[in-house]
Amino acid sequence: MDLKELVTKKLTEKFPQINFDITDYKDQLAVTFDKQHIVTISDFLKNDEDLQFKLCEDVTAVDWARRKKRFTVVYHIFSLKLNSRIRIKVDVEETENIESVSSVWKTANWHERETYDMYGITFKNHPDLRRMYMPEEFEYHPLRKDFPLMGIPGSLPLPKKEN
Amino acid sequence: MGLEAKLTKDGFFTSTVDALVAWARKSAVWPMPMGISCCAIEMMASGDPKYDIARFGSEVMRFTPRQSDCMIVAGTVTYKMSHVVRKIYDQMPDPKWVIAMGACTSSGGMYRSYSVVQGIDQFLPVDIYLAGCPPRPDNLLNALMQIQEKIGRSKARDYQDIPLPELPVIQNN
Repeated sequence: MDLKELVTKKLTEKFPQINFDITDYKDQLAVTFDKQHIVTISDFLKNDEDLQFKLCEDVTAVDWARRKKRFTVVYHIFSLKLNSRIRIKVDVEETENIESVSSVWKTANWHERETYDMYGITFKNHPDLRRMYMPEEFEYHPLRKDFPLMGIPGSLPLPKKEN
Repeated sequence: MGLEAKLTKDGFFTSTVDALVAWARKSAVWPMPMGISCCAIEMMASGDPKYDIARFGSEVMRFTPRQSDCMIVAGTVTYKMSHVVRKIYDQMPDPKWVIAMGACTSSGGMYRSYSVVQGIDQFLPVDIYLAGCPPRPDNLLNALMQIQEKIGRSKARDYQDIPLPELPVIQNN
């Protein structure tokens, strides 16, 4: 059984009421579903005997700028048992927030902080949702499509040039 | 050969205080290696036997700003890092010099981006801008020689009455 069949079978058996969109592009499997199920499905993918996606490699996002659901949060997870990775995709509106998966994968803590810093997506029940890279007092989110490449003048303070 | 050859005849020589002090100063410029990114590798290479920065009296890389004369800012300075660079510069005793090593430090280089300071001269007085990405060690040595030339031309009066900058006091509770 290949990975797509296995994941499809497992997920539809366990969650028959949830709509899954499982796509395969260049041997990269992506699972899309509604954002309210993120924690339960993450927990299942991690702890199921046959799947064991125990490693959360990355949490990031895509800014679609003009779509109604502006952001897609993307999770890359890896299974040591199957030696393969899948991608979870969840659409989020600009005003919405999404449940944190840091209770499932501890690594997601910093990945979600980075996603919050760069895109301004807030993660509910995150233990410590502070900025990762930019200074605390910075007001913008640099990887959003409406943020200019060279930044906003004066938004990042420089030391004073004396003598 | 050197000084002693001249001194054997009379046992003394005349000079000005300015010239003597400038000569002493320029012959031992102790660098503060502010190695932030890849330029630091070339800065380290300039200390190895092949290039040998010791020939110019600058082999004593001081990792404390209190004992150094010339800060070599080697690498990309981000807005977040700029405060650290400035703080270390403020801790160096006068007189002091700054080498902006490499394209990033001089102008932001290839990082034309919101997070990188487009040239450290926005917050530091820079004496030498060094081209290259990264500059070769001999290029750094050339910059050092330029600094030495600049120090050699200096007079004692250049360094008088520079008020010390007020540094913020960090209080630990």
